[in-house]
Amino acid sequence: MNIYADNAATTKMSDAAAEIMTQYNKEYYGNASSLYTLGQKAKEKLEEARCIIAGIINAEPSEIIFTSGGSESDNQALLSASENGKKNGKMHIISSAFEHHAILHTLKKLEKNGFEVTLLPVHENGIIHPDEIDAAIREDTCLVTIMTANNEIGTIQPIKEIGEICKNRGVPFHTDAVQAIGHQLIDVKEQNIDMLSASAHKFHGPKGVGFLYVKKGIRISNLIEGGAQERGKRAGTENLPGIMAMAVALKESADNMETANAHKSEIRDYIIKGLSEIPHSALNGDARMRLSGNVNFSFEGIEGESLLILLDMKGISCSSGSACTSGSLDPSHVLLAIGRIHDVAHGSLRLSLGEEITLEEADYIISAVKEVVEYLRGISPVWRDLVSGKREFIL
Amino acid sequence: MALYSEKVMQHFLHPQNIGIIEDADAVGEAGNAKCGDIMRMYLKIDDDVITDVKFETFGCASAIASSSMATELIKGKPVAEAAELTNKAVAEALDGLPAHKMHCSVLAEEAIRDALENYNKNKENKP
Repeated sequence: MNIYADNAATTKMSDAAAEIMTQYNKEYYGNASSLYTLGQKAKEKLEEARCIIAGIINAEPSEIIFTSGGSESDNQALLSASENGKKNGKMHIISSAFEHHAILHTLKKLEKNGFEVTLLPVHENGIIHPDEIDAAIREDTCLVTIMTANNEIGTIQPIKEIGEICKNRGVPFHTDAVQAIGHQLIDVKEQNIDMLSASAHKFHGPKGVGFLYVKKGIRISNLIEGGAQERGKRAGTENLPGIMAMAVALKESADNMETANAHKSEIRDYIIKGLSEIPHSALNGDARMRLSGNVNFSFEGIEGESLLILLDMKGISCSSGSACTSGSLDPSHVLLAIGRIHDVAHGSLRLSLGEEITLEEADYIISAVKEVVEYLRGISPVWRDLVSGKREFIL
Repeated sequence: MALYSEKVMQHFLHPQNIGIIEDADAVGEAGNAKCGDIMRMYLKIDDDVITDVKFETFGCASAIASSSMATELIKGKPVAEAAELTNKAVAEALDGLPAHKMHCSVLAEEAIRDALENYNKNKENKP
């Protein structure tokens, strides 16, 4: 059985998105900046895609900047807000400890350039308290950036409330919605969002395409110079086939959202229930306020990379927050941020389900994980010490 | 290119000498749970020759494969020869490890050395 359960990493392109991408590569290959008909047709289609996307998140088309994806959008949003802040002598940014590295690494860079960054705690359930944002805002705060949903543990943040606080306090609010958009309802007006990052390949669109929503009136700085594309805010010939495929994929996801979420959350809860039967294990992140496809567990006494390779051998593609999978010595910063200690954070497993997941596959996943965890515990000196009482159980 | 060599995968999926030796003559350990790797080696030694060896490992695929390969390399060998085992030899026998996984082979060397040190200590203490 082959089960792709790593949709938070990337998704399979939808048929409609793949088809339109091929069609556009062949038919609308003109450069949208060219003046002849072929170019102007491409320009027309580009604006059509912009309208579709803007409509879905309740923005104006002129508020959408096409980018290469989530990381670029995050970088541009943070750079712009920090430059705007600097001009007014405001050099303080508020974010959270479990943001994506596209945010955290950019903040590190800004810190080196004299900015002060406050990273709010995300608590045991992986959810930020809006009142802590309110308390952290200062006279010199130039940006609050909080993700809509976490990429590892799937917890959904109270974006609307955070946005409202920012609005009342006059601080721009950016949200990295890469994991949420297409899976959760986004309405930038209703949710008081000033800037939002999105990436097409997380909602069955192509890789290498995304967008940044920027509310009218907020000054945007360029990351890439060299042309008048995207109203001068992002140089480079527009990837029209990718952009239209993104629009088609987002439309499909938005239309299908309720049905997909109802199905995925049912299977998610079924898998959570099944995996909870494994002794000394724990769900990471709030059980209710989480993305419909996200299951994230820690299993005591084992290491995550072995777990995921053995599951791969059984046909299941998933991921882990262990150090070995992150390429560093530390396990996932997200799991550490919710208070999991290193020993337990290494033994984590993330399953991110797609809408095609079946109950039969869920049963297969549960039994495969149980089997592999049992095997790895059987060869683990840590597990032996836990069982013999030499080491104390944490979970 | 796959992350791991075929040899690594073979030893990870079918580890040799896995388990414990209840009446081991020496036990050694390396690594810690905080870093995500712990290896424990159990040796049975007769006349300064390693007659049996078993291991338990908490860690990634390359840690398990390194333990498995290291036990294969010292099984049946005189203690003095086993003490000479280097992490490089373990990694080479596995047809190489990714650069950021070389520490796994170091842990295998350290666990064996720890076991042999314990063995020598015990020997000195014996009347």
